[in-house]
Parts: sequence; C-alpha cells; structure tokens
Amino acid sequence: MDWLFFFEISLAGLGTGGLYALTGLAFVLIYKATRVVNLAIGELLMLGAYLFFGFAAGLALPHWMAILLTLLLAAVVGGGVERLLIRPMLGESPISVFMLTIGLGSILIGVVELIWGPNPQRLPEFLPTTPLFLGEAYLSSKIAAAFAAAAVMVVAFVLVFRFWRGGVALRATASDQAAAYSMGINVPQVFSLAWVVACVIAAAAGMLVGAIGGIAPTMGVFGLSVLVVVIVGGLDSVFGALVAGLLIGLLEALAGAYLGGEYKLLATFSLLVVVLMLRPYGLFGTHEIERL
Amino acid sequence: MRIGAAKESYAADEALFDTAVQWRWLFVFFALLVIFPFIATPYWLFMACLVAINVASATGLNILTGYTGLVSLGQAAFMGVGAYTVAWLEINLGTPVLLNLVAGGLMAGVAGMLVGVPSLRVKGLYLAIATIAASVIFHFIFANWTSVTGGVSGLTMPPGTILGVTLDEPRDLYWLIVPVTVLMVVGAANLFRTRIGRAFIAIRDRDISAEVLGIRLLRFKLLSFALSSFYAGVAGGLWAYFFRVVTPESFPLLMSIFFLAAIIVGGMGSILGAILGAAFMTMVPEVLKMVVNWLSPWLPDAVALLSPVRVMVFGALIVGFLLFEPQGLAEMWRRLRRQFHLWPFRT
Repeated sequence: MDWLFFFEISLAGLGTGGLYALTGLAFVLIYKATRVVNLAIGELLMLGAYLFFGFAAGLALPHWMAILLTLLLAAVVGGGVERLLIRPMLGESPISVFMLTIGLGSILIGVVELIWGPNPQRLPEFLPTTPLFLGEAYLSSKIAAAFAAAAVMVVAFVLVFRFWRGGVALRATASDQAAAYSMGINVPQVFSLAWVVACVIAAAAGMLVGAIGGIAPTMGVFGLSVLVVVIVGGLDSVFGALVAGLLIGLLEALAGAYLGGEYKLLATFSLLVVVLMLRPYGLFGTHEIERL
Repeated sequence: MRIGAAKESYAADEALFDTAVQWRWLFVFFALLVIFPFIATPYWLFMACLVAINVASATGLNILTGYTGLVSLGQAAFMGVGAYTVAWLEINLGTPVLLNLVAGGLMAGVAGMLVGVPSLRVKGLYLAIATIAASVIFHFIFANWTSVTGGVSGLTMPPGTILGVTLDEPRDLYWLIVPVTVLMVVGAANLFRTRIGRAFIAIRDRDISAEVLGIRLLRFKLLSFALSSFYAGVAGGLWAYFFRVVTPESFPLLMSIFFLAAIIVGGMGSILGAILGAAFMTMVPEVLKMVVNWLSPWLPDAVALLSPVRVMVFGALIVGFLLFEPQGLAEMWRRLRRQFHLWPFRT
C-alpha cells in the first residue's frame, strides 16, 4: 500500500469534508430553529456560486466587493424565502414543507439556467494556486485555502452561536419555541434570522465549492452529500454536522480513489443506511421520544 | 352529501360509486377511452400511453405516501426494477407479456419490502432520505451489474406480442397499457374499502394509535411498501414495452420527485388525485412545448428557454399547490362539482 498516496487522498477528502461540514452547518441551523428539512440547500449553494460569478465575471467587480455583494444578496434571498414560502407553511406537516423546499430547489435551478445558461463555467480565480506540500504530500492549495476559509467560518459561527444574543435566542428557540416566546424572544424573527444566516453560509460554501470544481446548474447535487452528512451526524447537532462532514468527505475521497468514481455516492449512501439502521437519529442527534 | 341519495344498506353506503349519475359518467368516460385510439393522432396516442403509465405509478405511490403516510423518493427506482425484469425476461426467455408484467411487479414488490425494512425504526423525513439512499444503490446496481442489466448502455428489447399482435406502436400498446392501468386504479380504489386499506389509513393518521388498536405496524408498513412497489414495477414494465430501451439513466431521482409532485399537485390520499396529478404533470411540459412553438416566430431563441422554464414551472407548481391548494386538483374538482350541484341556490 502506498502510504503517501493514501495520505494525499485523505487530505483532499478532509478538505472537501470541511466544505460539507460548513454546508451541513447551514442545514442544521435551519432545522434546529424551524424544524424544516431544507432540501434546497444544494441549490442555494449553487445560487451563491452563480451570484459571485455574475458579480466577479459578468460585472467585473473586484473580488472582495463581489464576495460582499454575494453574501448580501444571499441574505436577502434567505429572508425572502423564509417570509414568502416557509412562514405560510408554519404548522403544516413536515412532509409538505420538505416538498416545498424541493420545489424551491427546482425553481432556483430554472432561474440560474435562464440567466446564465446550462453549461458549466469557471469562476474567476480568487484562491491561491501555487501547489502546497505537507512534508512530501501534495495538496491542492485551492482545497487547503477553502478548508481554511471553511474552518474560520465554522469557528466564527460556533462562537456567535454560543455568545451573541441572537445566537442564544436561536438556541432557546431550538430547545422550546413556546418557552422562548414567553421569555420575550421574538420567535418569528429568529426563524428569519436562521434562514438569513444559513443562506449566507450556503452562499459562502458555494463560492468555495465553485472555486475548486467550477460551477454548473447541476452542482446542487452537492446537497445530496450534505443530506447524508446531516443525517449521519444527527439533524439537530452542530457538532454532529462537523464530524460527519469530515467523515463523509474522507470516505468519499477514499472510495473514489480506491474503488472508482462511481463508488463515491454508493459508499456514502451505504454508510447512511447503516447509520439509519443502527442509530435512526444520527450519531449525535437527539433521540425524540414519541408519546400519544 | 347529495340530495336524493339515501342509503338503505351498508353495501350501498360503502359502494365506490353510489349514484346512477356517477355510473353514467363513468360509462361515458370508458366509452371515450375505447373510441380514443380510433380518432386520435399518433402524437396524442403516445401521450395517452405515457399518461397511463404515470397514472399507474402515481397511484402506487399514493398508496404508500397518500394513504399510509410513508414518504418515498424511490418510486423511480422500483419502476426501474420492474422495467429491467421485464426487459430481461423478454430478451432471454421470451415469456408472455402479461406474465412478464406480473413478474416485474413482483420483483419490484420484493425490492420495495427490502427498502421498507427500516420504516419501522425511522419515519417521516428520515425515511424519505433512506429511500433516496435506496434509489442511489439501485442506480448503482443497474449501472454496474453488467451481465444482467447491460451496464451503462442498458438493455434494448424486442417488442412484445399478445395474441399474435406485435406491440410496436402506441396504437397497439394503448390496448395493453390503458386496460392494465384501469385495472390497477380500480384495484387501488377498492383496496381502501377493505381491512388492509383501512389499516393503512389508520397508520397514516397516527401510527402509535394504530398499533395500540392492534394493527401490526411492521406487517402493514411492509405490505404498503410492497403494494406500492408492485404498482411501480408493473408501470415500469409497461414503460419498458413502451420505450423498449432500458438504461440506468431512465429512472433518475428526479423521476421519483416527479411522482411525489404528481400526487401533491393531484391531492394526496385521493385516487382521483393521483390520476389528475399524473395526467396534469405529464401534460404541462407538452403544453409548454406548444407555447414555445407558437412563440418561436417572435422569440427566436425560445427553444433554448424551454428547458429552464420547464424546470422552473415544475418547481413553481409544487410550491404553488402546497401554498395555495394543499388538497390539490382533486379538491378543485370537488369544488367544481359542488358548484354544479348547488348551482341555482348558491351563487
């Protein structure tokens, strides 16, 4: 066995895993605050990447400005989606809301294809491209930079989630909506906040993913792997999303390298099935007890 | 409740069609189905067959999702199992068409039961995601079990033959596909007048309560999965006879979403809903195509817009129906009917 190769593959896998963890975070945030399983997360990520493409390549703005505008617009999209589509569905069955997000994803794909066309594009380079060596192992510096950016964002998010008043309000709402409301927390605003933050995170992840692999209207498939990540980690566990993100990234890279590209999805989804059979609420999720 | 439709026995109360008017309309509908192939153009026959196949599969999904409350995103994969079984039998054994269809349904039913095994432990959205996993795994099997499924290039099968008639045109296939679909839809409608169907509905409404009432959850959930996949398998078999090429890409995840969307748009937990929804969702892209054709003199690149607009309309229909008409087309139909019943009195 070639240990160097194994090490390189693992590094690349962990790099992708960082992006999974970041997107998983956005997913978990929405689920924790609003109990909505958002299947459009992959498409929101794609939208973020395309917005950046539009600003940086289409309007030829400087990169920092394009990034800021993208995040801003993603926030607006998140707030709008929550207010117009998700809020009216409050109290409907979870299945209906789940289907609604599938519909939303489909609309986003259509909009992006309508504006930017169906063909894959390359994002303007904004990550460093000089190859990076850890000891002897080669690591694409784009992946390293993306991982670093993702790690910074995750840390920032966790800190905000822990210490900022809005983060505390979010956690209070997640643990008991009625109690939070009676303590004076504006729960509907928290719902909006969760969607806004999640969409910003997704857009950031989208830019990073697009910078590594290019963008296409079909890149929402990334969302499928994220779905596996959050289910394996536990739908309502931030820590679970981080661990499972790295795990799934690693597994995917190893399966792709040693078995072949077509085994990637098979490996992750087989893991998903195993986890669902053994721990239906995920590795770190809360086990909800049902009462009559 | 209709004026003048007093029930005198339990049999009359639980009949599928309770008034003579309904029977007459039903007769008119079937008469139209019989005349249709003699007056329709090949294009409309093609569409009719496609609609019928989708109605069969959507009805199956409705049994599982609409009536038992188990969301599945694996319907296309089960159709694939049925289609591959039928294609393999037709190519290698040349067994009779109807037998192949039943075999395809049974294979898909077994596959569905396997997928349904986690349904006792996981439910709701977790189950939906488990079925996504199943469809990914089935896709992998279709693409890589080359000796049976022909790998990525798939299977190309000869047309089937019934009573010496070769089924290679929509005109002939119509007589296979539509009767099978009608049979399956009537079967599904009757299912919910039996003990089994009632058990499904009880599970949907509250599964723990149903278990307390003595319904064996595992058995009935698996049965629901098996029945729904049987429908999908037969529909997949019809699909195989209709297109005669079965590849792994014929049954993508998007197709499962399509069926779920069809029963949402049509109305979950309603036989009529599945029929209306499947027909509606199959026809919408065609209508869009026609609109694009009309517009092409004025909008030169209208054809390029077709694909994204179709995706957008698909999503917008799901979102719109969920937001504004959660009971779907079936509810709109009922409202329309009520309008006519109450016409002079309520304006």
